Amino acid sequence: MTEPAHRPRGGREVRVGWVFVLPALVLYAAFVLLPFFMSVYYSFTRWDGIGAMTWVGWKNYATVFEVPALFETIVNAFKLVVFFSVIPVGLGLVVASIMHRVATGSLGSAARTILFLPQIIPLVAAGIIWGWILALPGMVNQILGWLGLGGFARAWLGDFDWALPAVGIIGIWVLLGFCTVLLSTAMTKIDPALFESARIDGTGWLREFFSITVPMLRQEIGVCLTVTIISALAAFDIVYVSTAGGPGNSTSVPGIQIYILAFTEQRIGPASALAVLLMLLVILVILPIQRWTREGAR
Amino acid sequence: MTVSRKELAVGRTLLIALMAGTILPFISIFLTALAPSGSVPSGLDWPAHPQWQNFAEAFRVANMATLLASSTFIVVAVVPATLLVSTMAAFAIGLLRIPGSRFLLALFVFGLTLPFGGIIVPLYYLERFLGIYNTRLAIVLPLIALYLPFAVFWMRAHFVGVSPEISEAARVDGATTWQLFWRIHLPLARAPLASLGILTAVWTWNQFLLALVLVEDPDHRTMAGALGAFQGHYATNVPLLCAGTVLILVPTLVIFMIFQRQIIAALLQGAVKG
Repeated sequence: MTEPAHRPRGGREVRVGWVFVLPALVLYAAFVLLPFFMSVYYSFTRWDGIGAMTWVGWKNYATVFEVPALFETIVNAFKLVVFFSVIPVGLGLVVASIMHRVATGSLGSAARTILFLPQIIPLVAAGIIWGWILALPGMVNQILGWLGLGGFARAWLGDFDWALPAVGIIGIWVLLGFCTVLLSTAMTKIDPALFESARIDGTGWLREFFSITVPMLRQEIGVCLTVTIISALAAFDIVYVSTAGGPGNSTSVPGIQIYILAFTEQRIGPASALAVLLMLLVILVILPIQRWTREGAR
Repeated sequence: MTVSRKELAVGRTLLIALMAGTILPFISIFLTALAPSGSVPSGLDWPAHPQWQNFAEAFRVANMATLLASSTFIVVAVVPATLLVSTMAAFAIGLLRIPGSRFLLALFVFGLTLPFGGIIVPLYYLERFLGIYNTRLAIVLPLIALYLPFAVFWMRAHFVGVSPEISEAARVDGATTWQLFWRIHLPLARAPLASLGILTAVWTWNQFLLALVLVEDPDHRTMAGALGAFQGHYATNVPLLCAGTVLILVPTLVIFMIFQRQIIAALLQGAVKG
């Protein structure tokens, strides 16, 4: 890539250039970089937020791995990835390709608007709405009753086995529309000749899906995976409002446990160790996806 | 188009079912909001006597007027500042290409995937130390900073693509760097700036974690942060909670309906570039 020459000529211009960066740099350093390093530092100490801070080495990290209530949050985060990421991206691809075949007109644009709605409301609102819908007298159980499945009715978010999948459903509701609309917008940019020649040959939906749609959308699939995986691993709002991590620890995720450890139990050390692990985890999961996407772009 | 009639029917039915599934939760809380305050209705019952005054009551007990003012203040403080600060930095990094640009870009990109939860604890203690905890600045300053990685990255993508002849012509006419930025390149960046403005406004309005941790008084929080507190107080009064939630959703939904195209486009582009 040849870059256009914008090299500043004199030392004065370099100084002026740095003045342009300075406000951003100062804010970023003070409220992002500094807290980041503080998190790392806290994670090696024992501190209650008020008294003296003692250096304890790797002990807090050992705690995170040894105490089930803490380690389970990481396991739960990966379980949530299935609901927040795998299902919305997979189903989003299917829905986008159905829209592409059967709903090109006003039905398509109506579908886009409606499916996108959950994406623009606060996650807290999504949590409250579904907290009510999944409650014992809520809509889900009522519909089950209409279908003659009243025996399955339960307080979904209060059930040890069902709370995590129920939180997952909220994630699907929020993220499916985002993935669908992003993927279907990208599909309209694929050369229509590709689809037409396939359809003239009488290619069915399934073959068209795997031989044209999925390979051509590699970059957008990568984007959807990145966004949704981050929202699963770093989940907080939905869980805090709908279950607060319960019942027991069945829906607890790192974000929730960091909040509880730091602000109700005043155990800053373990909270910070979990925070550092969370940041590390996000990067470790996202990097391979980014690489996979870039390879496809070339 | 050679799509069989059967496939059309099946595909459209699936799509309509999916749309219904997306919409039903909204309908459920709306219907519940109309049930008598304090009662426990079922999820999808048409109330015999719709209690429209629930909305007025929720508006009053949730301090909705104060909340709207507080949220608006936060958005108005965060968005223009983010736009200005990030655009200036992106201008220096992407267009002036000052020495160290690559390093600066890498530094900002580092923050792109950083979960807010990763730094919320030190942020709390930092704000206590600086004396801005529980003030108007408590949310505003960290939010601007947390948006910068994305905003700088986004605006840089624009400046890298700008033709160098534009700046050179202005230089020949004797424009200073500031004039070059303010008079020429800022107006040219109107489109990416508009998208960035929409994105940061939506994110700010919906921000919960920072509001919850850094501001004790719900009346000084963002809309989403206040909703969390409202839920804490009225969890047992489902109709009132639903009425409050509907009220808090109304501004977002109205603005979404008006700027639908721009909002969807901005959110999608934002995701692709980020």
